[in-house]
Amino acid sequence: MKDSKTSPTKGLAGAKQGGLSADIQARIGHQLRAIYDEVVRQGVPPRFAELIEQLGSAEVQTAAATADELAAKDNGRV
Amino acid sequence: MPLTQQLRDELLGCVPSLRAFAISLSGNGDRADDLVQETLLRALANIDSFQPGSNMPAWLFTILRNLFRSDYRKRRREVEDADGSYAKALKSQPEQTPHLEFEEFRVALDKLPQDQKEALILVGASGFSYEAAAAICGCAVGTIKSRVNRARSKLSSLLYVDGADDFGPDNAVRAVIGGGNR
Repeated sequence: MKDSKTSPTKGLAGAKQGGLSADIQARIGHQLRAIYDEVVRQGVPPRFAELIEQLGSAEVQTAAATADELAAKDNGRV
Repeated sequence: MPLTQQLRDELLGCVPSLRAFAISLSGNGDRADDLVQETLLRALANIDSFQPGSNMPAWLFTILRNLFRSDYRKRRREVEDADGSYAKALKSQPEQTPHLEFEEFRVALDKLPQDQKEALILVGASGFSYEAAAAICGCAVGTIKSRVNRARSKLSSLLYVDGADDFGPDNAVRAVIGGGNR
C-alpha cells in the first residue's frame, strides 16, 4: 500500500497511480498474466529442445548460417 | 566461447517465457514460435557476445523484441488474428478468466501502440523491472514508466468503461489533463 488514504467508501477512486484506480490496475495485471502464464505453463515444446540440442552439439558457425538462411527466407517471404 | 551445457540449459529455461512474450506481442501462436526459433538461432550465432553471468533472459528478450519490431514494420497491415489462431495457440483459456472477458482483453491489447504494449507486457507480465525493460527497449526508464501508464489508461478506457463511469469526475479530469498535455 503506497497510499493509506484509500478509504472503503471512496473505493475505486481512492488509490491512484497514473490516473487509474488500484482496482483497475489489478484487473489489467491479472488478465495480462493469465494469458502470459498460460503459455509459460506449456513448458518447452519439443521443437525448441531439439533445436538447442542439435545446434548445441554442432559448430556455432552452423547456427550462424542457419540464422542467415532464415533471415533470407523471411525477406523473400514478405 | 563454447556453447556449454550450462548455457544450453539457460537458453532452454528461457523458452517458456520467450514464447509467452512473443505470443503476447504478436497475438499469433504460429508466428510467435517462429519468432522464438529465430531468436534462439540468433542467440546461438552470437553466443560470443553474451557475457557469462549476465542476464540471459534480458539478452534474449532484447533479441526477440528487435526481431519482432523489424518484422512488425513489414507486416503491420496483416496482423489481424481473424481465425483465432492466438486462442488456439493457448490450447485452453487461461484459468479463471471467462472466455468473453479474455477475448475482449486480447482485442484491446492488440489495439495498443507497439511501444506501449511491449512496455506493459515486460513490466506487467514478464516481471522485469522498469530498468531492465528500459534496457531491453533501448530507452530511458522514465519513458518506460510513461508508456506503461499510458497502456494501462488505454486498456482501462477500452475495457472498463462502465466501471470508469462510477467515478465519472475522474474521467473529466483525465480528459482535461490528457488534452492539456498535448
